[in-house]
Amino acid sequence: MNKDTLNIGGREFHSRFILGSGKYSLNLIEAAVKDAGAELITVAVRRANTKEQENILDYIPKNVTLLPNTSGARTAEEAARIARLGRELGCGDFVKIEIMRDSKYLLPDNAETIRATEILAKEGFIVLPYMYPDLYAARDLVGAGAAAVMPLASPIGSNKGLATREFIQILVDEIDLPIIVDAGIGRPSQACEAMEMGVDAIMANTALATAGDTPLMAAAFKQAIEAGRKAYLSGLGRVLGRGGDASDPLTGFLRD
Amino acid sequence: MDNRFIIDAAGLSEAALAQKHRLETDPASRKDPMTYLPGMEVIESDIKDIVLRETASYDPSRYTAKDVQKALARENRGINDLKALLSPAAAAFLEQMAAKARRETEKHFGNSVYIFTPLYIANYCENYCVYCGFNRYNPIRRMRLTPERIEREMEVIAASGMEEILILTGESRAKSDVRYIGAACETARKYFRNVGLEIYPVNTDEYHYLHEHGADYVTVFQETYDIAKYETLHLAGHKRVWPYRFDAQERALRGGMRGVAFSALLGLADFRADALATALHAHLIQRKYPAAEISLSCPRLRPIVNNGAIHPSDVGEKELCQILCAYRLFLPFAQITVSSRESARFRDGIVKIAATKVSAGVSTGIGDHETKYTGKEDEDGHGDEQFEIADSRSLKAMYRDIEDEGLQPVLNDYLYV
Repeated sequence: MNKDTLNIGGREFHSRFILGSGKYSLNLIEAAVKDAGAELITVAVRRANTKEQENILDYIPKNVTLLPNTSGARTAEEAARIARLGRELGCGDFVKIEIMRDSKYLLPDNAETIRATEILAKEGFIVLPYMYPDLYAARDLVGAGAAAVMPLASPIGSNKGLATREFIQILVDEIDLPIIVDAGIGRPSQACEAMEMGVDAIMANTALATAGDTPLMAAAFKQAIEAGRKAYLSGLGRVLGRGGDASDPLTGFLRD
Repeated sequence: MDNRFIIDAAGLSEAALAQKHRLETDPASRKDPMTYLPGMEVIESDIKDIVLRETASYDPSRYTAKDVQKALARENRGINDLKALLSPAAAAFLEQMAAKARRETEKHFGNSVYIFTPLYIANYCENYCVYCGFNRYNPIRRMRLTPERIEREMEVIAASGMEEILILTGESRAKSDVRYIGAACETARKYFRNVGLEIYPVNTDEYHYLHEHGADYVTVFQETYDIAKYETLHLAGHKRVWPYRFDAQERALRGGMRGVAFSALLGLADFRADALATALHAHLIQRKYPAAEISLSCPRLRPIVNNGAIHPSDVGEKELCQILCAYRLFLPFAQITVSSRESARFRDGIVKIAATKVSAGVSTGIGDHETKYTGKEDEDGHGDEQFEIADSRSLKAMYRDIEDEGLQPVLNDYLYV
C-alpha cells in the first residue's frame, strides 16, 4: 500500500484527526497531540487574542499546524478581518471559516462562507470552510478556491453523530477536495463510520473535552479513525441483507 | 402600601420628605407606568404581549411531578417545560435538574468559566426605586468620576489581568449623559478586550452611538415583569416607564450591539413568574434576532446603605439553583452570569452546573478600585455602593478557585469585528 497521507493546501499530514476549538482546555490540547496524534489544531482567533499568561498558542507544540478559525464572524467581511488578525498573531496561512448568524444552533451560513472563501483564497490563505453539506455550496466552495470542504455531521456540540450522512456521502462522491467532517461527532464509532464512507479526516472537540478520561478518548478516536480509513481503503465487503442473498444468480437464465 | 423597603433616611429636606411620602402613599401622585415620557422611542414589537400573556396565565401550583419528569426527559424543551421546571413540583427533582443542566452547559461551553468585572463610574440617580441604594431619596455619597479618574480606575483593573469590563452608572441622564458614557467606553477599549454597559435604557440611535464608541453588549434588568408590582416599587423617574425598559434589548440590538443580557431582580415579586418572564423575554429576542448573543443574570435582593434589612425573602439558594437549572435546560446556549451578590460557596457550586460567567475583584462603589486593589490612600474620595456584595474575591483568587474546581477560567473570548 502506498503511503496514505492527507494533503491539504500542499501540506502533508499523517494524522486524520483534527482537533476542533469549541471547548478550551490545555489538557485537551495535550491529549489531542499525544494520544490522538493530531497534527492540525483549531484555534479560535478570538480566544487567542488575549493578554492572558496562559495563551492557548503557547501550549501548542511547534510541529503542529495551527488552524485559526473565524468564530464570532457573522459576515464574509468579518470572517476576512478575523482571518487576517489570526495571521498577524502568528497563526500561519491556514484558516477555517466559520460564519454563523444564529446564536442558538450555530449553523454555518453557506452563502457568506462562499464569499469569505473567495476573498481569503485570493489573499493566499489555505481556506477550510465549515459548511452545511449542500452539493451546490460545496461546488461553489471549490470554485472559490477552498483547500478542503468541512461539512457538519450534526449541530455543533450535540454529539449526535452523522445526522447528515447521506448528504456527506454525496460530497465524498462528487467533490475532489478533501472532505473533513466537522461538528457533531460524539463517539469513536461515528468517526469510524464517516471514515468508512470515504471521508478524509475528522474534526472533533466536544466528544473529547467532555469525556470522563480525555486522553483515553483521544486514543480511542485515533484508533477508530485509522480503522475506518483502512476499511475504506480495503473496499468494504458485501453486507448481507435480510434473509441473505439469492444463491442462484438472477441472470443465470441468460444465454451466451 | 405593603412595602418593606421604605425608609426615611436622615438628612432629607422637609420638602423632599413630603414629596417622597406623597409618592409612597398616594398612587394618584405617581405617573402612569405604561405611558412613555417625551423623547422615549417607541418601537413596534409583540414580544411584550407574548411575555405578559404567558406570565399572566402561569399557575405554578398546577404542575405535577409528572410534568417535571416529562420536561426533564425531553431533548428540546418548550415554554410549558420551562413552566414545569420553575414550579414547586420541580423542587424535588433539583439534583436531576442539576445533572441535566450540567450536561447542557458542558455541551455548549465545555469547562470554560468567563470572568469579568463591573466598574461603576457614577452613582447619581433620578429614580426613586425603593429597594435600591442609589435611589434619589437615599442620602449617600454621590460621585461621578472624571474622565481622568475613570482612566486611572481602568488602568488599575487592567493591571490585575482583567480583560472584560462592564461599565455601570446610576440612572441619571443629567449627571451621566450618553456622551460621558461613550467617552468611558472609548477609554475602556484601550484597556480591555470586551466592553459591556449597564446603564439607563436609551434610544436606538444612542445605543448605536455607544456601540460606535466601543460598547458591544448591553445589560438591562427589568427588575420585575409584574407591572402592578413594578408600579409600587419604582415610584418616580424615567425608570417608572415599564415598556420603554422592556424594549431596551431590542433597541440595543437594532443599534448594532452584539449581545444583550436580561434579568429580573429576584425577590421583588413572584420569583417563579419573573424567572419565566425573563427566560421568555430572552428566548423571544433570540428568535427575532437570531445572531444576538443572549445572556441571563439572576440577581437576588441585597442589603443597601441605610437599609440593611433588605433581603431576597422567599428566594433561597435552592430556589435560585432551581431557576438557573431551568434557564439552562430551556436556553442551553445562553450565557448565565452569577454576580458577587452571591456567596463564594454558591458561586463555586453553580459554575459546575449552569453558570458560565462570574465577576471578580468587585466593588459597587464609585472610584474605590485604586484603594481596594493597590491599598493606596483614598485621596479623591469615593461614592457609596449600590448594594453590599457577598463574594469579594480578587481576580487572582477567583482564577485559582475556578482552576481548583477543574474548570478553565477564561478572561477573553471576544473579538471586535
